[in-house]
Amino acid sequence: MEIKVPAKAGTMESNDIYIMIQPNDEGGIQLDLESIVMAQFGKQIKETILATLEELDVKDAHIIAKDRGALDYTIRARIETAVKRAI
Amino acid sequence: MERLRRTMLFMPGNNPSMLQSAGILGADSVILDLEDAVSITEKDSARILVRNAIKNINFYDTEVVVRINPLSSGFGIKDIEEVARVKPDALMVAKATEEDISTVCGMLEKIEEEEGFEKGSIKLFPLIETAYGIENISSIIASSYRVIGVLLGAEDLTADLGIKRTREGEEIFYARNKVASVCRAYKISAIDTPFADMDDIEGFKKDIQKAKSLGLTGKAAINPRQIDTIHEIFAPSLEEIDYAKRVMKATEEAKKEGIGVFSLDGKMVDAPIIARAEDILKNARLAGLL
Repeated sequence: MEIKVPAKAGTMESNDIYIMIQPNDEGGIQLDLESIVMAQFGKQIKETILATLEELDVKDAHIIAKDRGALDYTIRARIETAVKRAI
Repeated sequence: MERLRRTMLFMPGNNPSMLQSAGILGADSVILDLEDAVSITEKDSARILVRNAIKNINFYDTEVVVRINPLSSGFGIKDIEEVARVKPDALMVAKATEEDISTVCGMLEKIEEEEGFEKGSIKLFPLIETAYGIENISSIIASSYRVIGVLLGAEDLTADLGIKRTREGEEIFYARNKVASVCRAYKISAIDTPFADMDDIEGFKKDIQKAKSLGLTGKAAINPRQIDTIHEIFAPSLEEIDYAKRVMKATEEAKKEGIGVFSLDGKMVDAPIIARAEDILKNARLAGLL
């Protein structure tokens, strides 16, 4: 899926994650992640975001993610929503 | 109506915190709401979140119902397409008409076949909240074998009737009677409208008692704090259980002696009294009181 326009999904409330996605002119996935549980779960959150993008066949995108302790199902849902809004 | 459905707790569909605690709050059913609790710009987001929540979260024994948007809005069809594929226990259809129930039923037949689910496994819960709905409740229920209960929505109903909603609820007396009576006829759940004022505990209790006394079988809740009070009032009292047990015992003895009608505590006991006693004991068993 090609990211054509910038889009947002999610909120900054606890247990949620706020996602901003936009086209990445340089190609590939660029992920800027902030999380309140970065030290404990940063790696897993990153993996979940990248895996969801791969499932959605997104190859080029710049993602800014601000996590407030979201579980996997929420991270996946918010990425999917942002991608569908951006295509 | 084997399942206990005293409380149906509304949860906003776009709120991850609430969705992930839905199964541990003690409600008999939760209604994951894609309709009024979700703003028009977040319908897509909530639909995906609710789908993922049903797929991944453990709701334990809590029945999972998803309230979809009215079919006329254009969102409703998308809600069914997305959410039915993860097999919620039921879909609640807002402002339901006979045509809506038939349409949803048809879509579910197709989805169940495509996903390999047992036919008829996803049930339906029409939300009766218009004057049309009240007057045609019987044919709405009869529109699909999937219908397992009805929720009365008093706010929309009174708006449709052009009347004021009051704390005492006299204006919905007829609607409550109608819902209770028709649902009993079809042996399905009759769920009362929620009580909105969280600070008026006495008014809340009276409202539940009124619903119970008119034959409604449960009540919708809009806050987890309301659950225990509803369960307490809908549970059969110890006196009721004790009397029901004595009725059943006396019935056994009368049967042995070949007597059809007998008296207990000086009052006649016949078939309707026995049926009520059986009903009380069944509800007591389901509530874990026996």
